[in-house]
Amino acid sequence: MGRMHGMTMAEKILARASGRARVRPGEFLTAAVDLVMANDAQFPQSCKALEDIGLKRVFDPEKIVVVIDHWVPANTPMVAEMHRGIRATVKELGIRHFYDAGVGIEHKVIPEKGHALPGQLIVGSDSHSTTYGALGAASTGIGLTELAYVMYTGKLWFQVPPSIKFNLTGRLGHGVAPKDLMLALLGKFTTQAGQYKSVEFAGPAAESMSMEGRLTLANISSEMGAKFALFAADATTVEYLRARTNVPVRAFGPDEDADYEAVHTIDCSKIEPQVAIPHKPDNVKNVSELSEIRVDQAFIGSCTNAHAEDLQRAALIMKGRKVAPGTRFLVIPASHEVMVEAMKNGSLATLVEAGAMVGTPGCGPCAGGSTGVLGPGETGIASTNRNFKGRGGSAESFLYLASPETVAASAIEGRIADPRKYLPKGPQ
Amino acid sequence: MNIRGRVWKFGDDINTDYMAPGFVKNQPWELVKKAILHIHPGFTSGFKPGDVIVAGENFGCGSSREAAPANLKRLEVGCVVAESFGRIFLRNSIAIAFPVLICKGVTAEFEEGEELELDFAQSLVRNKTRGTEIRGTPLAPELVRIVTAGGMMQLLKQQAAGPGGA
Repeated sequence: MGRMHGMTMAEKILARASGRARVRPGEFLTAAVDLVMANDAQFPQSCKALEDIGLKRVFDPEKIVVVIDHWVPANTPMVAEMHRGIRATVKELGIRHFYDAGVGIEHKVIPEKGHALPGQLIVGSDSHSTTYGALGAASTGIGLTELAYVMYTGKLWFQVPPSIKFNLTGRLGHGVAPKDLMLALLGKFTTQAGQYKSVEFAGPAAESMSMEGRLTLANISSEMGAKFALFAADATTVEYLRARTNVPVRAFGPDEDADYEAVHTIDCSKIEPQVAIPHKPDNVKNVSELSEIRVDQAFIGSCTNAHAEDLQRAALIMKGRKVAPGTRFLVIPASHEVMVEAMKNGSLATLVEAGAMVGTPGCGPCAGGSTGVLGPGETGIASTNRNFKGRGGSAESFLYLASPETVAASAIEGRIADPRKYLPKGPQ
Repeated sequence: MNIRGRVWKFGDDINTDYMAPGFVKNQPWELVKKAILHIHPGFTSGFKPGDVIVAGENFGCGSSREAAPANLKRLEVGCVVAESFGRIFLRNSIAIAFPVLICKGVTAEFEEGEELELDFAQSLVRNKTRGTEIRGTPLAPELVRIVTAGGMMQLLKQQAAGPGGA
């Protein structure tokens, strides 16, 4: 027998959650989850699926968090009725961790309220549940039937994924955001790069990245097909969670001699502002190639890029400027907490003065379900995660994805624009 | 379990928004039906119950919406055989007992309109038009158990009713 290699973050978490000493990629196992996130897009149907087979309890109400965020505030009587049902159901099931419309987007609220912790195994009824990997949790998306199953049993099947590592070196340039890094990775490695895999972000640029930047990377890793997207939990993680949980938080990372299927080293200093063009997140170009594209709507929002830092960087660009005539500029903070912070630090005032429409913290038009959608023939640029045909509204609309900075610059010009020319000189 | 049907072909990265578009969410089935896989106009107008789908890499990428495989099932798509799947689509399909198979090389094996037969238990895909055969990646026994039970809710019903259940 050869020497035993160490384990990656995904392997360590799946081994612990399935009660095994070690696991290997490809292995099937049943694991106990530490947290289940459910939202208004799937929770009601999952509860109905359980009721249909005569079951009306959950394995542990303390380990389930329910968030209303996909359609907020309710935009039709049908949605209002559905939300009313959720409020009643969480009471009946004894679920205390319930965040009603307006608290924010699930992938912002779960980290903010201290529910996701390093080393946990988490599932959520949304594909961007990979986000909690920013805190060192192995977290992934499931559908409504699996949500029903796991809410009742607390367990789910998993196949141990191979892990790949992005070793991030160098430093993102002035006006270049974590989103640009992620779009560059998508452009280079495609939407299939992380398929059935656990992605780990490491290296000096990952270590120096803010928690909000990490959340953005882990979030949009879903577009790479990633099952998990993990950052090692370090001092930044401990600091972020300090005021958010009573649970002691410790550093957590992979074993030093863990096995990776591939390690890609990326020099962040070489990355320019990136834009994904319709209709796929990996159709990526440098912003400079797209200056002729006129935009009807610019949108800063979604679980990917509506953090306080995002609004602050956008405000730096918008300061003293106006939205171009004929272009709509929509801003939806990721959460109530973000909105309050943006009000206190003045970034929201700057954006509104520039001409922004501000919406209720929630998913907004990102999934095409709420206000702010695009009409036939319209073009939008958004700080969101998907530009699939019809995602932002009409199937005949065109959606470009970019950083909040690029979206802000594009709102000023009414066409896709490089944010760097609007930034005060010098490194931030 | 053998499934036989006429093939509709799709390329790579067909996402779940295309199978359950946001713009027909909560609309009557007659409207939803016409929007399923709207990116292939021939499919929306020419699909007949029992037809099957052959697709490229990453079929069902994107959103976790279970309405994607559920809509295909309700439309009576016989099965999807693809080079690879988006992982949540694959899980959702297994969870609702909708037959899917990963089969490397399948897109080269079929032209649209040809007749496909899937022997699900053996992971064998036959081109009845050409008389050829290709083997897919067998599902793990744990997952075959879920599909043959009729999906995860059926499995849970059995477990809850069994000794030590509920």
